[in-house]
Amino acid sequence: MDYSQFLNMKEEISLITVILILFVVDLFIAPEEKSSCKKYPRGMGTLLPVVLLTIQTLINIVPSAPVEAFGGMYQYVPMQTIIKTVLNIGTIIVFLMAHEWLNREDTYFKRGEFYILTLSTLLGMYFMISAGHFLMFFIGLELASVPMAALAAFDKYRHHSAEAGAKYILTALFSSALLLFGISMLYGTIGTLYFSDMPAKLDGDMLQIMAFVFFFSGMGFKISLVPFHLWTADVYEGAPVVVTSYLSVISKGSAAFVLMTILIKVFAPMVAQWQEVLFWIITISITIANLFAIRQQNLKRFMAFSAISQAGYIMLGVISGSAQGMSALVYYILVYLVANLGAFAVISNIEQRSGKVEIDDYNGLYQTNPKLSFLMTLALFSLAGIPPFAGFFSKFYIFMAAFHSGFHLLVFIALINTIISLYYYLLIVKAMYINQNDAPIATFKSDVYAKTSFAICLVGIVGLGFVSIIYQAIDQLAFGM
Amino acid sequence: MEYTIFILILPFLSFLFLGLAGKWMSHRAAGLVGTLTLGAVAAMSYLTAFLYFTAPRLADGTFATLIPVNFEWLPFTSTLSIDMGVLLDPISVMMLIVISTVSLMVHIYSFGYMKGERGFQRYYSFLSLFSMSMLGLVLATNIFQMYVYWELVGVSSYLLIGFFYTRPAAIAASKKAFIVTRFADLGFLIGILVYSYYGGTFSFHPDSSMLMAGGAAMMPLALGLMFIGGAGKSAMFPLHIWLPDAMEGPTPVSALIHAATMVVAGVYLVARMFPLFIVYAPGVLHIVAYVGAFTAFFAASIACVQSDIKRVLAFSTISQIGFMMVALGVCTSLDPNLGGLGYMASMFHLFTHAMFKSLLFLCAGCIIEQVHSNEMSAMGGLRKYMPVTHIAFLIACLAISGIPPFSGFFSKDEILTASFNFSPIMGWVMAIIAGMTAFYMFRIYFGIFWGTENKELHEKLHPHENPLTMTIPLVILAGITCVAGFIPFGQFISSNGQAYHIDIELSTALTSIIIGVVSIALAIFMYMRPTQPVADSLARKFKELYTAAYHRFYVDEVYQFITHRIIFGCISTPIAWIDRHIIDGLLNFSAWSAYATSDSIRSLQSGRVQQYAFVFLLGALALILLLIL
Repeated sequence: MDYSQFLNMKEEISLITVILILFVVDLFIAPEEKSSCKKYPRGMGTLLPVVLLTIQTLINIVPSAPVEAFGGMYQYVPMQTIIKTVLNIGTIIVFLMAHEWLNREDTYFKRGEFYILTLSTLLGMYFMISAGHFLMFFIGLELASVPMAALAAFDKYRHHSAEAGAKYILTALFSSALLLFGISMLYGTIGTLYFSDMPAKLDGDMLQIMAFVFFFSGMGFKISLVPFHLWTADVYEGAPVVVTSYLSVISKGSAAFVLMTILIKVFAPMVAQWQEVLFWIITISITIANLFAIRQQNLKRFMAFSAISQAGYIMLGVISGSAQGMSALVYYILVYLVANLGAFAVISNIEQRSGKVEIDDYNGLYQTNPKLSFLMTLALFSLAGIPPFAGFFSKFYIFMAAFHSGFHLLVFIALINTIISLYYYLLIVKAMYINQNDAPIATFKSDVYAKTSFAICLVGIVGLGFVSIIYQAIDQLAFGM
Repeated sequence: MEYTIFILILPFLSFLFLGLAGKWMSHRAAGLVGTLTLGAVAAMSYLTAFLYFTAPRLADGTFATLIPVNFEWLPFTSTLSIDMGVLLDPISVMMLIVISTVSLMVHIYSFGYMKGERGFQRYYSFLSLFSMSMLGLVLATNIFQMYVYWELVGVSSYLLIGFFYTRPAAIAASKKAFIVTRFADLGFLIGILVYSYYGGTFSFHPDSSMLMAGGAAMMPLALGLMFIGGAGKSAMFPLHIWLPDAMEGPTPVSALIHAATMVVAGVYLVARMFPLFIVYAPGVLHIVAYVGAFTAFFAASIACVQSDIKRVLAFSTISQIGFMMVALGVCTSLDPNLGGLGYMASMFHLFTHAMFKSLLFLCAGCIIEQVHSNEMSAMGGLRKYMPVTHIAFLIACLAISGIPPFSGFFSKDEILTASFNFSPIMGWVMAIIAGMTAFYMFRIYFGIFWGTENKELHEKLHPHENPLTMTIPLVILAGITCVAGFIPFGQFISSNGQAYHIDIELSTALTSIIIGVVSIALAIFMYMRPTQPVADSLARKFKELYTAAYHRFYVDEVYQFITHRIIFGCISTPIAWIDRHIIDGLLNFSAWSAYATSDSIRSLQSGRVQQYAFVFLLGALALILLLIL
């Protein structure tokens, strides 16, 4: 065996290195549980994982030529570097946000676990993205799901965290089982699971259709599309906010990207079928999620439904099935990432300081915390797609991709839903700026890590739309998909 | 010349910096930041102009059109995209000099004029924004970029006119300026859309192969609509009503925006599209000439009777822009020797006018600063107290009246020659308007510096010369006004780009000088002495005409009637009713039904995992059924 093939997986290898370093460091400096917690050292800080991950991002940031390893089990194309970089940026922001939460009395001694678990899921996503075979893909998927359940239950003595973990693992198992069943049917009908060999043999017979739908519903679970979304609100509400934000952005973004590549690469002969499925799924996802979002009182549940409808928009890039759709999708994920993480950063910060997560608690926030309100407003504007924020441009590109592929009705439905979404996003803005409140959440100062995460999100929300170089860079690589 | 991008970036950074951090800076520091930035911009502009015009010409005798910076901003289709960049050609480089010079003078002048005003830092930050937008407008590589900056110019003008936001008149004026120009810009935008649809590009020079079938027939419409936008910004009749009111802004702002730069944007736009006008829409070009001539006459006649000196200057500006439009409009060919002379004349007049008109405004600012009033009744006899201002104002008056050797003579002479070449009637009309110009300018000159002195007020206020920050710009601009006429302008700018040698045609020159001198003599006769019996008796004799002109021929009242009575009363009120009762009703109904629907499906979200799995499976089965059936 040629061991130099491992070098082709430099992104995964470097991430594993980061995990191992963190693991070893954590072994040696982790403080004892219930030890005198006021004393230093309190285990590893936020700085180490952030710096390591930044280094890992930087050394892999330049896309290299397409390669494959292990007889095609692992396949790399330059576009994957972009999406992996995007996921890394999101993870770094999440780490920065997590600082204060992890410093709490009941979590500081296990903060090392948080980084290792999170990075393990990220590693799983990496494998999923670069898989060239369904087996590899499935391993990646599971690696991304199982630690996620542990993360959801991270605050197991608080809130509904344990419940969230349990619900997540149960539904994840169910969907994985269904997905695996689908994959086995595919193997049964065509006798191979290599992505490159499959399109020639697929002919769209009944069993393959069933296999496809099972596969699709498994992915639909990860992306939380209606009707595979029911776990979302409960898990988002119960899990710690930082985990929720990771779940809503990183996990979802990677799954959407993988779904698109597999649909285009593997299920190319069944394009008519999957476009029809997506058409209905997008329509009901956006619409139903919007209907639910309107009446939420809990901000985390609210963000859950907002995330479902955003997933519907992301799928517009998938349904177009074109290179333009691919670049619009990656760009959308990037823009959605900064906006959503920006909103979650504010929610998380406020929950840490005041324990409040209801929309009514935000009444009059502007008077006490104007900067947080401002960031939240921009993030919501970007999510709603109001120009000149980045969200407008990403929606513009993704609608255009779908429109060019002939889905005029679908774009129209999505546009109408954009207006509805504007309504509920503005409800929060209204609460912060207009609603009167005698006792708004008290003024507080955020720590430097949180401030850094705010700054990154702010720059992204305001700047991404104008820096057309980013979209063009994505666009150029999309053709090499 | 990639550095030219900094001509745009520097003022923008200064705007951001002063806008965000100005609150914590002293007035002096904020002013210095703005002025030094603009100084750097001006230095870069001069360098650019020097390098550009000293570079060797191309084989066909023209200067190369350079695009040192360009990037794609919004791609629409493979061929149609919105670019952002910097374009250098003779007229954009000329505009660079005009804008940066006047803007720098105004920056320096404002140190003295705005001293101690509340919001001094805000003022300088807006000035930076304006400079950036105006420079971006002239450097635009395509019509859409121009439109973006065009609107930015409108916004910064709005902000600056309404700078004294505690004064209701200033607020009303800023709104009026914004709404009227925005209204005209609607035409511009539609023009751009028509142009890009049929031309397949946003570029200024569409490939004839890209034109859609029948596209050439649509070009006159597109260009005509664009001219409406230009007419709004350049205050052509009947869209001129905002400019006199815009004088509510600080006087240096009037000098910069409403005399030298923004108001000539319309002229610049027509000049920019000039090759297309000549090829596709010569008829529209003639409409431009007629609109310009009428506006020039109309504004000049109003300027003869106004008593507020800034208003007189405002109407004079409108009238002079009319001259520039006429010069462009009378062109019939791309060759300056065969009827394309007006293009050069227009750009030349734009250049000289920018200098002497900003000088006039800055002088007016000096005077207003001393007597605390815009009305001529508060002035008179000021030559004794303010000698520098007096001489500078006189130079500018001589220039605008077309007396050699001051710059206005040379450019106006070219306009008159071009008009006479087009048709003798047009030539004589423009010559008479030139005479009116000389008359009303010397009317206010004598009204301010000679005439009846308001002794009572002057004893109380003791008018005197202003500090050096205010007089130095006057001296510089007066110097430019004295020598600018001798610039061999045709060597740099002409309708086909080749060098054109300006010949002063003796008969035209003599005509214009004689008309100018006669008009000045008339003004001396009527207004120089402490009492003005002739002027008063004329005003009594033609009372109706005088009152009508004094009220600006009631154009504002017509607008009031049309907007308030007809549009608001007959159209807006019924629409508002429909909106409130029917549209809102429908929306409320849809909101209510959305709410009701979400209420009825909320049981799906029960919190029970078993049920989630069940729905999950049902969903998958439903999809299978969908595909199989």
